[in-house]
Amino acid sequence: MTRLCIAFDRLRAEEKMLKSEAESLGCQTQMLDAKTAVSATDSAPGDVIPGGRCDVVLERCVSYFRGLHMTSVLESLDMSVINAYAVAAACGNKMVMTLRLKRAGVPTPKTHFAFSAEAAENVMKDAGYPLVIKPVVGSWGRGVIPIRGPDTLAAILEARSVTDGPFDRIFYLQEVIRRSEDAEGRTRDIRVITVGGEPVSAMYRMSAGGGFRANLALGGDPVACKMTTEMAELASAASDAVGGGILGIDLMEREDGRLVVHEVNNTVEFKGISKVSERNIPQAMVQFAVDTARK
Amino acid sequence: MNCQECDAGLGIPDDADVGEIVSCPDCGADYEVAGRDGSGIKLKQAETVGEDWGE
Repeated sequence: MTRLCIAFDRLRAEEKMLKSEAESLGCQTQMLDAKTAVSATDSAPGDVIPGGRCDVVLERCVSYFRGLHMTSVLESLDMSVINAYAVAAACGNKMVMTLRLKRAGVPTPKTHFAFSAEAAENVMKDAGYPLVIKPVVGSWGRGVIPIRGPDTLAAILEARSVTDGPFDRIFYLQEVIRRSEDAEGRTRDIRVITVGGEPVSAMYRMSAGGGFRANLALGGDPVACKMTTEMAELASAASDAVGGGILGIDLMEREDGRLVVHEVNNTVEFKGISKVSERNIPQAMVQFAVDTARK
Repeated sequence: MNCQECDAGLGIPDDADVGEIVSCPDCGADYEVAGRDGSGIKLKQAETVGEDWGE
């Protein structure tokens, strides 16, 4: 029997689905609330996980940094974590993730990186408007803003100088991918979930309210998507580029039909895609964890 | 069990698990199920959305 741990910090529908599937597949399932866990340099697995050592851990924290550090603790205790620290670290930083995609030859939007406000202004002068600025650490489409002119740029630079967090000095500026709009002025992107490198399901995410962001967290609608060979191949290649595991690969369709991968997500949410998918996604994830534990 | 903010009934489901979030139907305040003690449920204020939250 596989001893499977689900590390979480907010028990969402996804974590409950994973727990249910793990129990259905006969796993001995242990829930670990990362908010209450503590560890020390001389800790044993039982000091961190109430039930003791597990064969495999599904890391599902909604807080990226909490999950990343929890993963490091669990790996230091020789437990296999999905996703591994190296994968989570690569996906959690958009600049690192983009560079991995580029290095692996996965088509991705042209992106500029600058490390001061002055350098960011120079990028805009050279590349020209518009570009999309994205926080290097962040999710759910927050802080993703199209910069269409100098006024917007000035406002963003001023806001960042006020908050002045360590990541505010890192500027990630990406080309705007021109996409087709439907009759209601909505654009779409594609989310593919990969499990162990295998694309298991795809959906279209329709932008909400005429905006250009299609994140479901912002009100985007999930729509069933028949996965093409190109989508599947790109998703697998993107998964390989960051080290594999359980991932959410985001793609956009250029107006000429060519696909680009613009994001790889580490702790992938699947409540929305499960509504339109024919596959049992949590079951595939748990089965992958069980197979990983047996290796 | 009632909301600490507005005193509305929270209507916590019988099968709520530890870690699950319960929202007040009236004012929207979020609570986390912190523990179960027999038929009783312990709640604590839920964390607010952090800058690093997401996928």
